[in-house]
Amino acid sequence: MNGGQDLGGTQGHGPVVPEPNEPVFHDEWEKRAFALTLAMSMPGGWNIDMGRFARENRPSGEYLAMSYYQIWFAALETMLKQRDLVSDDEIVVGHALQPPKPVKRILLPADVEKTLHRGGPTERDTNTKPAFAVGERVRAKNINPVTHTRLPRYVRGRLGTIERVLGCHVFPDSNAHGLGEDPKWLYTVRFEGRELWGDGADPTVQVSVDAWEPYLEKE
Amino acid sequence: MADDHHDHHDHDHDHSELSETQLRVRALETVLTEKGYVDPAALDLLIETYEKKVGPRNGARVVAKAWSDPAYRARLLKDGTPAIGEVGYAGRQGEHIVVLENTPKLHNVVVCTLCSCYPWPVLGLPPVWYKSAPYRSRTVADPRSVLADFGVRLPNDTEIRVWDSTAEIRYLVLPMRPQGTEGWSEDRLADLVTRDSMIGTGLPKSPQDLK
Repeated sequence: MNGGQDLGGTQGHGPVVPEPNEPVFHDEWEKRAFALTLAMSMPGGWNIDMGRFARENRPSGEYLAMSYYQIWFAALETMLKQRDLVSDDEIVVGHALQPPKPVKRILLPADVEKTLHRGGPTERDTNTKPAFAVGERVRAKNINPVTHTRLPRYVRGRLGTIERVLGCHVFPDSNAHGLGEDPKWLYTVRFEGRELWGDGADPTVQVSVDAWEPYLEKE
Repeated sequence: MADDHHDHHDHDHDHSELSETQLRVRALETVLTEKGYVDPAALDLLIETYEKKVGPRNGARVVAKAWSDPAYRARLLKDGTPAIGEVGYAGRQGEHIVVLENTPKLHNVVVCTLCSCYPWPVLGLPPVWYKSAPYRSRTVADPRSVLADFGVRLPNDTEIRVWDSTAEIRYLVLPMRPQGTEGWSEDRLADLVTRDSMIGTGLPKSPQDLK
């Protein structure tokens, strides 16, 4: 979706403000919102792409006005409510009002370390061959889905070069909407800064994105 | 009721957005705990992991090893994930890591324009600026101006390569080893490696900076 999250090349956001000696979290609630989000993906049964879509799928103005953990927390609430795991009135009173729904499993303290260490690799075996080879010229398609996609607007329609073939990976456009992993070949595609931003752009700049095969077409 | 309302109005100033969020997060944690969906001890462990154990010191050790050991450096640049695994770092948000080598002619910068993708096992959780609109919007369009916000100025003919982490590949910059560090141990070298130098928005410290 062309939402508030797709920020590459947008203007008017001001300077980057680094914070010296920044703490990992700025408030107690950020810690809890972070940990709840990680822990609930197990009983909640959602994947990383569903999580990303829940974060970005809100009015752009709202997205830009929220802090990052506020976005995380809002997405967590959304996903819990969608699955009837929690209701609004429960959050308002701060207690369970309905009996719990059965869930497959929850994150136990003894499993935290190994769960984090295992992570969630997205590369999948395939019998298919990649359609593009390193060095080949490709164009990012001009697509504008209202659903989840990881092709940023600033490269759409632009001509680039395949730099790496990264293997066959879970396709977020499908996985985010419960339509299966549908793995596709993934490539690093490099663009000249001037192809993206015009003749006035810095000639020493090149930018790459990682793009799944359905995002690309031959020159 | 009128008085209550008046009271509430008077307290609007300390009833910030933040404290509303704080109350709501606490309420949700209670509900989820009561329903048996989360174990608060697991939450504590998750927080402790990213506050105390996993952070940029991990990446600094990887970089220092690469600076000291040419064979390791070659493995790291060829296939980052297993080479980083050799040092003991792996997992969530670092399942597929590619290491980018800075040279006198090429400077790499990492961004995630669409969200906040960042190599957790080697750098920990991303700083606020990395997730902010200014960084995510400008780094792909005008990286030199972003570097200027960090006080970094590169020669005009240095090529700048921006990596937008749009998939599950995570990027770690291998900065150039500072001069005047010949014969240094890996531990000492690691003290020169800053978080920002592994994102590309900074350079390593020089030996003088440690004095």
